[in-house]
Amino acid sequence: MSARQNILVLYLSTSALDTQVIGWSRYNGAGDDFPMAGDSDEPPYRTGVDALRDGWRLIQASPLIATAPGAEFRTDYLKYEFLFEKWVDWPPISADSEDPS
Amino acid sequence: MKLTTVQMAEFVASGVLCLEGVVPDAMNAAFLSRVQTPVGDEPLGLDAVYRRLFDAEVLPTLSPGVDFFEGFKGIEPLQSIFSLAAVQGAIHSLVGLKPKFDHHFLHLSLGKNPLSPKVRSRAAQHTHQDSTIDPRRAFDIQLFYFPQTVTATMGGTRYVPGSHLRVVSESAIARYQNVKGQQHVVCPAGSIYLFHMGIWHGAGLNRSETNRYLYKVRLAPSQPQVRLWDTKDLDCSGDNQRPIFWIDPKRSDPVAEAMMRLEPWYEGDTGRLELINRLKLWRYLTGSQDVDIDYWLTRVENDW
Repeated sequence: MSARQNILVLYLSTSALDTQVIGWSRYNGAGDDFPMAGDSDEPPYRTGVDALRDGWRLIQASPLIATAPGAEFRTDYLKYEFLFEKWVDWPPISADSEDPS
Repeated sequence: MKLTTVQMAEFVASGVLCLEGVVPDAMNAAFLSRVQTPVGDEPLGLDAVYRRLFDAEVLPTLSPGVDFFEGFKGIEPLQSIFSLAAVQGAIHSLVGLKPKFDHHFLHLSLGKNPLSPKVRSRAAQHTHQDSTIDPRRAFDIQLFYFPQTVTATMGGTRYVPGSHLRVVSESAIARYQNVKGQQHVVCPAGSIYLFHMGIWHGAGLNRSETNRYLYKVRLAPSQPQVRLWDTKDLDCSGDNQRPIFWIDPKRSDPVAEAMMRLEPWYEGDTGRLELINRLKLWRYLTGSQDVDIDYWLTRVENDW
């Protein structure tokens, strides 16, 4: 028995974890589900806190960086990125495999 | 048939303009016949299919930088498609009377072939911005021509409205699988989408049994893109901006409404920067350095 990592990336509307999800990605180290670009139009959670309350562990958040002089109005990458993980047993434990005693 | 000021404002805001079903059936059939014949029905992989398409010279080979309309003279049905009043008018409005050809390509997404289900793609294309980092104020357009009906299962192009002014580096945004408000092209045959060069997009996964064809051509301006559309309804007088915050609910201003429409994926703070960047583009297009909406630029320029 080992464990594998599933990753959830949420992009929020501000730096606060309790604000709205505006973008999302998933990468699975386990299971038969292979998420891909464009596979859902509705976010999996309303806010970052909702993901925490569903068992996801926050492992990284975007730092707040002052804009460079002269580039105050430039927009580029999504600004508030939060990486979450979940560890899952692999292979998965099924009811059939448990010791009946 | 040039674009109206409201259409231009919508393009500035969203980075996309759709001419749904604008190409007549006969032209679509002619185009499809030209590209489908070499492909045939055999269960070939994508590399083999493209070898056939190149060998059959289904598209002309043109050098980047040539005059766009000159380059397609005598090339049917593309010349006729680009000469349609609505298509030509939109091109003239966005990149001028004599745009330059950059490149073109026939994108083919194989459907599931019952004879060989493994040959089709297994994943959607990552989100990306075409070409490379491009911080210009002037812009190229990319014309996407869908010659056949595109259903949801055929995986039409996915794009993110309002992403075109973000300065990113091509596939650096591949990590972004889904963005709130993203759109998937589902359209009748003969639809043409005109995209600002910076739009974030990617091909969807074709889950159908039908091969999906997309012809894409990039056009660049050869002149300032100033007041190229039908400007008879353009009002750049800056002394009558609509009230903000405590608004006048009886007042209607379609251009301002189009320009200030926020996308659902905009962050709280950078969404405002998007409005400012739209207005900077609007100043370029109108040739009016004083034009403003909702006081966004005037406020931060009031320096003494």
